[in-house]
Amino acid sequence: MSVVVRTVARLLLAPVAIFGAYVVMHGHLTPGGGFQGGAVIASAIALVVVAFGAQRLRKQKKTLSVLEDVGATAFAVLAFLGIGVTFFYNALAGTGGLFGQTVPIGPNPGALNTGGLLPLMNWAVGLKVLAGLGSMVLLLGLLGGDDDR
Amino acid sequence: MRWLRIAALLVVFGFLLGAAVWMRPFGEPLATGMDDHFIERSQEEVSANNTVTAVLFDYRGFDTLGEATVLFCAVLGVALVLRRWAR
Repeated sequence: MSVVVRTVARLLLAPVAIFGAYVVMHGHLTPGGGFQGGAVIASAIALVVVAFGAQRLRKQKKTLSVLEDVGATAFAVLAFLGIGVTFFYNALAGTGGLFGQTVPIGPNPGALNTGGLLPLMNWAVGLKVLAGLGSMVLLLGLLGGDDDR
Repeated sequence: MRWLRIAALLVVFGFLLGAAVWMRPFGEPLATGMDDHFIERSQEEVSANNTVTAVLFDYRGFDTLGEATVLFCAVLGVALVLRRWAR
């Protein structure tokens, strides 16, 4: 791509990725969550693929594959944490530990340290979606696309 | 055959017209028990302010598991379709 596209991509890459991480991290407080934030981060990968060509990211296929495995495994393991009650029972909510702070009933500003398993599951799904969509874009660029010009 | 087609078209058209005319007003569902349960209990049961996330990852976690599987299948499909042209 032209130098304009490449410069703008360099400028936008970090803000897009950070905004995606923010959406994933605050999934239990604000609109958005794992799917949406993961898609935003995957759009950063798509930006790199479009601006710099897929060959630049050829080595990262393995990384994305590992990330997808980690996300899927973490999601299943987190779901099994509450198997004492039911599958997908929120075992951490309200216990006072990690993400275990209780929420006052009714409208409140919200705290990051709440939600029990929800933030962890958001991260798992976020990893999975970013790796899935990212590797999809990367595969399309590597195998189906034109070369990078 | 031609008249059959026209009749089928009219039936579908009438059905859609009726659906548009007698559509329930937005935001007034027939049964609200489930919604009220989620809205009232999500803060106390899941300790989450965001009810949508509580539904997605707690009450209906299986659904999310299925969606993750769908995403995996999509990646698999892309890899499978483009594999022949790889080398």
